[in-house]
Amino acid sequence: MLIKLTGGVVYDPASGIDGQQQDIYIEDGRIVNKPNGDFKVDKEYDLKGKVVMSGAIDMHTHIGGGKGNIARILLPEDHRQDPVHRSDITRSGCGHAMPSSFVTGYRYAEMGYTAGFEPAVLPINARQAHMEMADIPILDKGGYVMLGSDDYLLRLLTAKKDQKAINDYVAWTMHSAKAIGVKVVNPGGINAFKFNQRQLDLDEQNSHYGVTPRDILQVLATAVKELGVHHPLHVHGCNLGVPGNMQTTLDTIQGIGGLPMHLTHIQFHSYGTEGDLKFSSGAAQIAEAVNRNKNITIDVGQILFGQTVTASGDSMRQHANNKFASPNKWVTMDIECDAGCGVVPFKYKDQNFVNALQWAIGLETFLLVEDPWRIFLTTDHPNGAPFTSYPHLIRLLMDRTFRNDVLSTIHPEAQKMTTLASIDREYTLQEIAIMTRAGAAKLIGLHDRGGLSAGNWADITVYTNDADRQKMFEKPDYVFKDGQLVVVDGKVVSIKWGTTHVMKPDFDPSVEKGLKDYFDRYLTMKLGNFKISDDEMTEDGRGSLTAHPLKVS
Amino acid sequence: MIEITEVPSPFCGIGTDDLSIQVDGITIKLLGGGCAVNTPMFEQAITDTSPRVAGQAVSLQAAVAHAASLLKNTQLPVIGGCATDVNGMRGLLALADRIGAVVDNMNFTGARNNFLALQDSGWMNTTLAEVKNRCDVLLVVGTDLEAFAPRFFERYLWNTEAMFMEDTSQRDIIYLGKAPSGDLSTSPNGTKARVLECAVEDLPEVIAVLRALVKGRPIRATAVCGISVADLQTIADTLKAAKYGVVTWAAGALAYRQAELTVQTLSEMIKDLNNTTRCSGLPLAGKEGDQTANQVCGWTTGYPARTRFSRGYPEYDPFLNDTNVLLVDGEADALVWVQAFNVNSVPPATDLPTIVIGRSGMTFAKEPDVFIPVGTPGIDHAGHAYRMDNVVAIRLKKLRDSGLPSTGDVLNAIEQAM
Repeated sequence: MLIKLTGGVVYDPASGIDGQQQDIYIEDGRIVNKPNGDFKVDKEYDLKGKVVMSGAIDMHTHIGGGKGNIARILLPEDHRQDPVHRSDITRSGCGHAMPSSFVTGYRYAEMGYTAGFEPAVLPINARQAHMEMADIPILDKGGYVMLGSDDYLLRLLTAKKDQKAINDYVAWTMHSAKAIGVKVVNPGGINAFKFNQRQLDLDEQNSHYGVTPRDILQVLATAVKELGVHHPLHVHGCNLGVPGNMQTTLDTIQGIGGLPMHLTHIQFHSYGTEGDLKFSSGAAQIAEAVNRNKNITIDVGQILFGQTVTASGDSMRQHANNKFASPNKWVTMDIECDAGCGVVPFKYKDQNFVNALQWAIGLETFLLVEDPWRIFLTTDHPNGAPFTSYPHLIRLLMDRTFRNDVLSTIHPEAQKMTTLASIDREYTLQEIAIMTRAGAAKLIGLHDRGGLSAGNWADITVYTNDADRQKMFEKPDYVFKDGQLVVVDGKVVSIKWGTTHVMKPDFDPSVEKGLKDYFDRYLTMKLGNFKISDDEMTEDGRGSLTAHPLKVS
Repeated sequence: MIEITEVPSPFCGIGTDDLSIQVDGITIKLLGGGCAVNTPMFEQAITDTSPRVAGQAVSLQAAVAHAASLLKNTQLPVIGGCATDVNGMRGLLALADRIGAVVDNMNFTGARNNFLALQDSGWMNTTLAEVKNRCDVLLVVGTDLEAFAPRFFERYLWNTEAMFMEDTSQRDIIYLGKAPSGDLSTSPNGTKARVLECAVEDLPEVIAVLRALVKGRPIRATAVCGISVADLQTIADTLKAAKYGVVTWAAGALAYRQAELTVQTLSEMIKDLNNTTRCSGLPLAGKEGDQTANQVCGWTTGYPARTRFSRGYPEYDPFLNDTNVLLVDGEADALVWVQAFNVNSVPPATDLPTIVIGRSGMTFAKEPDVFIPVGTPGIDHAGHAYRMDNVVAIRLKKLRDSGLPSTGDVLNAIEQAM
């Protein structure tokens, strides 16, 4: 079947197309060139005057895995505010802060998103992450496997194993956990917390292993690069949320010595200690460092006001933040000599000085980082705000008047501590398309997504241009997933099941010798039972695996 | 005859995955790694292979069609048991959503003690590998741990090597409330566990005093429910001095009213201990798919597995959605019982139309309207089940070709027939 999308105004940064009127043809799920000679269009959509982008990709969103499910179970009162009825084609569930899996898929698709990546897949919990994501309809998905506080890696470092041994272990773990990237959370800090350490700065040693976060970042960033994995090491840095952590972040950028590195939810790591309340914005310094260091990419982790829940692998920092829990209940876990997690409900308030300034710091970061290909639009769902707030965030970025109107309502001391009012920049549609589509696909290494040229899968979102960008982005006219029309006027009209994106770097199979011995002696599972097989991902008849090519060096 | 090794068990809850199995046709014999829980569960013989309607053997298709017809015009069907694997629960929840049913895991009344505490104030917990490598003090509350999981001590405490302990036999084991039924808690070096016994229903008082002592609050009494305060002080001091204390309990063993408050007091005590050292909770569970049911229901609805769909969207109520309450009060009008693990776990007595999706070998005092024998996850088909610590989903293996359908296949077929 040949589908023609006629006359839309296309924003396709992957092809350098910035708001040109173009027709798009779709056949067998992919975008194709206009056929030669005589041809019959089976279905045509008149998109004259409409805005056309590829489907949006959320490169950092907590949509699968144990901590998210703990967050769900913890908050029945939040779900009761947002019950979701079943329909003839959709399942029931719940929404708001941490939606049920089915509702996650519907609501992302209804905003024009066609892929989401879980950034914190614990190797030992990877099965759960994939099983949850397998129950998210419409979206493609994938995960970054979390390393850095696992005892196996720390033992390799203490034993002074060479970089090849680290690379083999990282590659093996990506295979076993079916990942497309590698993440580190509070490098070594989750492990240190198990030894009762309560903080771990960049050059502070783990009391048992003598290893520092800097050591861990160095070997993992090197491994990711040498293995040819596209997505640079995904780093949730030290000292999340600690006033003054801006300096740690700057030192982390400096210390990585030019290796590719992605600093995630950087807003939470951009705090100074100036002012009467000893809490200030470090966004300008961080943005300057990002602008200067082309090896660095970031996503923001914008906070938006309201109730949400924070779910993180950073058990050390989440434990320290439990005094801010609202409502006052929280969970931490130490997990399987592998990692940990902490779940703390938060209510960000615009009349709270710290929260108000966090809001401003995130926006300053968006507006001061110059290259839209190296910054990504996230709220670190659900940690800064639920993903459903993206259209509001896009309006804040694209509409200076609106932004300043909101700014004038937040805590007055926070208004004084931010330069936001003096920043004129407004994001363009093309820049939004870069951050949420082409840039994200390029960063992760999705070779046939995030663009609208022939050969790409037909993940396409069509909007009605509206000066109110929130209204525009919260209700697309059409969303196509792999060429199938799944959303009309912001409502799901049909269901499709997305694929799971992975990358399969090479490793020396002899890596399993050391691992088998370690599993037998210290872990609670046999090595063979740990590895996730391809069957597990596909046997439900809906799931599939898509392996993307590695970077050629 | 074949032998299969490194077989994981969905039965014991502690993730045992080193079993050796001999398969001869459809007969299974456990060669190695068995225990009082796992061996009979694996060796349970297949009896029925044919579905029945009103006691008469029928085709699977006919049984599915009849089950669908019984559910068709119901107002409040209840799906109880919920003892199956991840795909079974997926099918179960899809059916429940379609017919507006109540979903209720059969262990929920026990598990409720944990969920109410979790949802009110949270907790700090750990998992089995951390116990195996770090735990220096284990406090067992109100539970006969070795009866719950016979291989717990061998696998997770008396392991010969641990990454962060010189000598695992030095581990300090303390029982509070219930005494152990055997000697498995005795260290390989001969040291017996400390035991402070009291009646299970006295635990709220005893635990409250222990928490006060951990917090350094003065206690005037010299004894509480037969336990001397001095002994409780020793436990408090031991936990405070521990590098990585662990407190374990089975929520279902705390069989008295408002036992959630005991779980909460323990969990808050653990949080207090973490002001200066490390200590974690370790709730025991994971039997017959209970964690699996709660996990899958959790991501599918937002709530654990005592949730109804009767208004077209999920509503959680840990008391009102109890299968037994709904049957006794006459609110339910049909019962679906799903139990793929245990032939002895039969549906509660009722005159309502009853459909049983059960493990082959199940026998009934009263023949259900529909009985569909299904395979057991981890024996007759591959699948996934959660262990007690809720993080690890184990990959279950298919061990034999019995031809029995899976729970998921049957429930999906019923949903399709609606």
